Amino acid sequence: MLEFFNSPDVQEQLKVLMDNMGSDIWATLYSTVLATIFSYIIGLPLGILLVTGEQGGVRPLPRPLMSVINFIINILRSVPFLILMIMAIPLSRVILGTSVGTNAMIPPLVIAAFPFVARMVESSLREVDHGVLEAAESMGASPFQIVRKVLLPEAMPSLLTSATTVTITILGYGAMAGIIGGNGLGATAINYGYYRNKVVILYGAVIVLVILVQIIQSIGTHTAVGVDRRLSKSGRKKGRRDASRQVNRDKRTPGTL
Amino acid sequence: MIELKQVSKTFPTPDGDFQALKEVSLTIQDGDIFGIVGMSGAGKSTLVRCINLLERPTSGQVLMDGEDLMTFSPARLRQARRSIAMIFQQFNLLMQRTCLKNICFPMEIAGVPAAEAKKRALEYLDIVGLPDKANAYPAQLSGGQKQRIAIARALASNPKVLLCDEATSALDPTTTRSILKLIQDINQRMGITAIIITHEMAVVEEICTHVAILEHGNMVETGTVEEVFSNPKSEAGRKLVFPEGANIDQFPVADVVRVVFNGGSSYEPLIASLAIDCGVKVNILGADTRNVNGKAFGSMLLGLPEDKNDAAKAMSYLKAQKDVTVEEVPDYHA
Repeated sequence: MLEFFNSPDVQEQLKVLMDNMGSDIWATLYSTVLATIFSYIIGLPLGILLVTGEQGGVRPLPRPLMSVINFIINILRSVPFLILMIMAIPLSRVILGTSVGTNAMIPPLVIAAFPFVARMVESSLREVDHGVLEAAESMGASPFQIVRKVLLPEAMPSLLTSATTVTITILGYGAMAGIIGGNGLGATAINYGYYRNKVVILYGAVIVLVILVQIIQSIGTHTAVGVDRRLSKSGRKKGRRDASRQVNRDKRTPGTL
Repeated sequence: MIELKQVSKTFPTPDGDFQALKEVSLTIQDGDIFGIVGMSGAGKSTLVRCINLLERPTSGQVLMDGEDLMTFSPARLRQARRSIAMIFQQFNLLMQRTCLKNICFPMEIAGVPAAEAKKRALEYLDIVGLPDKANAYPAQLSGGQKQRIAIARALASNPKVLLCDEATSALDPTTTRSILKLIQDINQRMGITAIIITHEMAVVEEICTHVAILEHGNMVETGTVEEVFSNPKSEAGRKLVFPEGANIDQFPVADVVRVVFNGGSSYEPLIASLAIDCGVKVNILGADTRNVNGKAFGSMLLGLPEDKNDAAKAMSYLKAQKDVTVEEVPDYHA
């Protein structure tokens, strides 16, 4: 077993792995965080619209408009994310002047992720008890006040849980972006592991990815449960256990590839 | 004063249109505690939601102090809603806010400065009897406590009217009574008109001054509580006031009379006096009496003895009592 690790080929692979580790982790986290933020900037208002704009919602919008929004989101969700990212590469060229590199991956990631964010936000907001919305309406709150003071705060634990899922999903998408010219742990795993058959690098990169995901998961669950005022202290412990189980379930059956 | 004029509400369903309210008309005076009763599905919740236009009537007028809410712009309607408060069966508190912040909510909406809102919120917390729950979260409270916070929140907007949609239906009888007493207290001290939706007659008995009975979207009877309880004219009214009704087992008696108490003092023992003063024994076959503020309302079914003289003596004794109506029940069976 030790001989395996001492062979020159493996040593060389480990060296490449460790040399790139710092910049890889940075590239992965950087693109994940930025892509998540931008997808929420687009996806959060969209998700809110999907809930408030329906008939019987807080601020109904014309039905044709709602149909169009839903249609566009559904189409974007139907295209396999890798293909969607490839189709969005020209956008990177337009915005950033390049189509390779860490920054260039962010527009495609955002395009692939924002419809997912919109649906996750929509789902979280729908969990809010209609009675509470009705109560706010009966007190003379405007639609904007209802969204800001009731809908979003009451859905916050669920929004944080789904944000954790979203971040981890985007991390996964970003890893795949290595195929189309990105950087980071996924790119290293693919470029060395797949194209050049350097198995040690492949496994090394994957292990680090897994660790990253677990860290994000823990932070997310902790925060979501900590923020939830419906739980007692013992409820929080149970909540952390249950929430992480739910998110792991989400990971296994993600929305698209 | 609140007036509903010919209010109708139709809901489109996959099976065709469903008429929840059929030309309901009502007048509620300031300071009333107005009960609206009916079986489940009668349209009570729809009706109360038409008062603050949470449901928009399909036709008819909703007049608040003479102005028709149906003609209001959305902004004006929101303004009007600030003087109509509502409490719900499921309380509908904001779970992610402390009780104090929940009470501050209507004041935030109306633009009251935070410091003043907090001060007033603490006062309302006192009025409902939960001064130590300011920083607790709703999840930590019992049902009765949550409803009290909801009432405090309702008071926070200084309303003229309080709508109560089955506010006690989720509470046990003791808690129900204390919540009703609180509402009555608020009505008497602050002059807030209360409109109470319920399917329980007991709630109406407890504090209401007036009552309206709904059945299948129709207003079948309305009046003061005393009028309706002592003499329900509609079928629905009789079903609600005398739920035992004619479901009495068969007894071998000669004549049966129904004695209706119209609010004489409950403390005069009628049946006992009959036995002692006239020497006539009657069979109590059924009774449905209630004590409303010390007065007896309701009815009793009495089986008169077979002896014709005794029966006649009993009849004239009963007929001579004031606040009591006697009617013969010709032929009842279970």
